[in-house]
Amino acid sequence: MTDAAPTVLEMRHITKRFPGTVANDDVSFDLRKGEVHALLGENGAGKSTLMNILYGLYHPDEGEIRIADKQVQLGSPSAAIEAGVGMVHQHFMLIPVMTVAENIVLGDEPRHADVFLDIGEANERVREISDRFGLAVDPKARIEDITVGQQQRVEILKALYRNADILVLDEPTAVLTPQESGELFGIVRGLTEQGKSIIFISHKLNEVTEIADRITVLRRGKMIDTIPAAGATEESLATLMVGREVTLRVDKNPSNPTDTLLEVRDLHVFDDRGIEKVRGISLDIRAGEIVGLAGIDGNGQTELIDAMTGLRRAASGTVTVSGEDVTTASAHGHFEAGLGHIPEDRQRRGLVLEFSIAENFALHDYQRTPDSRFGWLFPARLIERGARLIKEYDVRGGGPHTRAGGLSGGNQQKVVLAREIDRDPQALIAAQPTRGLDVGAIEFVHRRLVEERDEGRAILLVSLELDEVLSLSDRILVIYEGEIVGEFTPDATEEELGVAMTGGGRGEEAA
Amino acid sequence: MSDLDQPPVGAPVDPSGLGPEVRQPWLERYDVAAKAGGLVAPVLTALLAFAVGGLVVLITTGKNPLATYRAIFEGAGFNWFLPWVQGTERQAAAFNMQQTLIITTTLVLTGLAVAFAFRCGLFNIGGQGQYITGAIFAVWIGSSFEGLNPFIHVVFAAVAGALCGALWAGIAGILKATVGAHEVISTIMLNWIAIWIGVFLFGLGGPLQNDRQEFVPVSNDIVEGAKLPVFWGDPVFQGLHIGFFVAIAGLIIYWLILSRTTLGYGVKAVGFNPEAARYGGINVPRNYFLAMAISGAFAGVAGAMDILGWQFRLGQDTVQQATIAFVGIAVALLGRNTAIGVALAALLFGGLLTGTSTRNLDPEIFRPELASNLTLLIQGLVVLFVGADVIVLWLMSRVRRRKPA
Repeated sequence: MTDAAPTVLEMRHITKRFPGTVANDDVSFDLRKGEVHALLGENGAGKSTLMNILYGLYHPDEGEIRIADKQVQLGSPSAAIEAGVGMVHQHFMLIPVMTVAENIVLGDEPRHADVFLDIGEANERVREISDRFGLAVDPKARIEDITVGQQQRVEILKALYRNADILVLDEPTAVLTPQESGELFGIVRGLTEQGKSIIFISHKLNEVTEIADRITVLRRGKMIDTIPAAGATEESLATLMVGREVTLRVDKNPSNPTDTLLEVRDLHVFDDRGIEKVRGISLDIRAGEIVGLAGIDGNGQTELIDAMTGLRRAASGTVTVSGEDVTTASAHGHFEAGLGHIPEDRQRRGLVLEFSIAENFALHDYQRTPDSRFGWLFPARLIERGARLIKEYDVRGGGPHTRAGGLSGGNQQKVVLAREIDRDPQALIAAQPTRGLDVGAIEFVHRRLVEERDEGRAILLVSLELDEVLSLSDRILVIYEGEIVGEFTPDATEEELGVAMTGGGRGEEAA
Repeated sequence: MSDLDQPPVGAPVDPSGLGPEVRQPWLERYDVAAKAGGLVAPVLTALLAFAVGGLVVLITTGKNPLATYRAIFEGAGFNWFLPWVQGTERQAAAFNMQQTLIITTTLVLTGLAVAFAFRCGLFNIGGQGQYITGAIFAVWIGSSFEGLNPFIHVVFAAVAGALCGALWAGIAGILKATVGAHEVISTIMLNWIAIWIGVFLFGLGGPLQNDRQEFVPVSNDIVEGAKLPVFWGDPVFQGLHIGFFVAIAGLIIYWLILSRTTLGYGVKAVGFNPEAARYGGINVPRNYFLAMAISGAFAGVAGAMDILGWQFRLGQDTVQQATIAFVGIAVALLGRNTAIGVALAALLFGGLLTGTSTRNLDPEIFRPELASNLTLLIQGLVVLFVGADVIVLWLMSRVRRRKPA
């Protein structure tokens, strides 16, 4: 981008207050024609608020918005669309049983005689836009039959169909595989070449440096800086985002594995619908190593973890925790045998959000002394431990009495982590331990997992984030359609893993 | 109103139908209000119900609603608390208050039954059946074993009532725990089974029908030794029996179980988030069963207290018409499933039921035969408004927002 490109959007001195908090505090943001301008910030930094103001969902308390050098009042999303703003939300707003074209024209349909939907015309116009921007979507396909990546393109098409010149993409890669992300970046470049301007919301540093021309960093509602992407490093961006030095690289010594603590032999597991999701998996995880399990979501990871933690009965095979066969034990039995489990969904499973932090720490042990005796609970002891762990794990946002649901995602995860590690488990299963967390919290979780490895625990890390698997693991296994299809060392590239994750390395892989 | 996530009528409608992020501020405020409204919201709910009830009185009968409520207030004996009420008026007030507290006793226990199940995420709609089974066993044991030590007799009958209620609700609990049968359906069905068992037992020629009055479908009277002592008022004129203290003990036990025992911890964890409870190693089905059984025990004791305290017999018609356990649902809802809330809500409904009974209302002020319907009306409005407390909270937030402007 050259500085000569005209400015298409200016948001000047935007301030938006919510009861008890200032979501945007004098934020200024501008977008030039044909550029990708990334909006970077941790969760709760005010990115979504700013974009919701642009999309007419919130009204700013102060400040003005200018589009194409004219001041505009964006009172509703329809006004924003009218002004040429299109938004692709993280969660798609599509009707699964309708076709691509039907979804796209919905609310603005081409008609015969002003009454009847002209589906032929709709298909034609969608195909024309799709071809012009290289989106390659079949207008006649039904939404429920196409992939998530394609659904996202339908959302983009929806905005283009309404003549959007400014496209807001809200965390667009959160739902995509690495390959799909690559394709999306190609599309984004194609759009800018044809004069569209893109606002790219993300908290992933590597993406931002790859795709953006300029980067604006928000922190706690304030605009910190707008910098050109050229020359920005992930480290410098992380520092801007968090407000202090952040180590992105996980420093760790070579592993020194000893005895096998977590052993899985020829495990077969079926899901609720009776489909075999785990098809004969065997694992050996030794004390003092982190084994990463990489794979695309839905390839049997969930069922494998459930079977390994007593939440789902395996059809056959065995699970052993430090020599004790726990294949048919209850979830409680697994914890007793020395297994810790950081579940993939901390809100649905890992925490009772209505319970206090102290009560959540007691989830596995409330029936044992010192938490209780003869069925009598000692709340004071729960509070005592709560206060200790809150301090030890730097949980912010409340004391032992605070409701877990009132904490931010990162602090909730710290609560889960503290509970699982404080029980001193032999083996630890960490499923998606940093999902949805921001850079500071990710750093904390990663550091802690490596420390636990060095303490001599056996750790199985299941993650959809390839860079997380690569930076933390001492060995990497790839799961594909319920089988382990390859084993890699941490110096493998993302491409190598990506090929195996999509079944490409099958058969030729020499393990 | 089935989807509580939707903003109520008049709230800023989100035109794009966007996801949770956009709705969040409103929901967040709701969350804050729900916490801050711990006391305010139920009180407002009750007041709103009374206001609408008063409107109905005014429109349909032309009577002054305030005079009607005042008459109900005095009919319930609440004027006993006013120090300037003296002489015969005070005696009448004391008698009315005793009647109110007798019903309050029952309502506390049936309210706790519903509330306890709620805390485990279960809707025990079968308080009636559990109440009836408890009453049946209390009347059977109370009318047998003549000459037994009164203390042992009373305890025996009360415990039997509790166990029966627990067993009855436990059936629904087991069905829920093992095959996942929904407790609302199974407890409703168990209600009818209990009713028809009662009809059979006390009907003409039934096994527990009265020995002396062959043609009256009612049980034998319980023996003197099985009657609960009266500690306030005249035993002959239905004074307040010591079951009142059983209700207070029930409140304390309820609170202790939920906040001081591992059982309560498990029940609450399952109630809040069964998936997290399962992950945590808590036996979810077992807690479903236990919560239902304990819930049923409260309702069973309620039935036993009514028999041993003031009814002394159980008739076929009583079995068929008893609705006191259903009022327990309103009590638990208005009391927000807390011990103190249940106590206050039970007192409110106890007063309403007593104050609107034909005996206690002056026909000049309000036609007594309509009065009990007014109670039902207010009860229904409370359930409606509690279910829609989003509306109440929203009204609260509107008022608060208008103030600074």
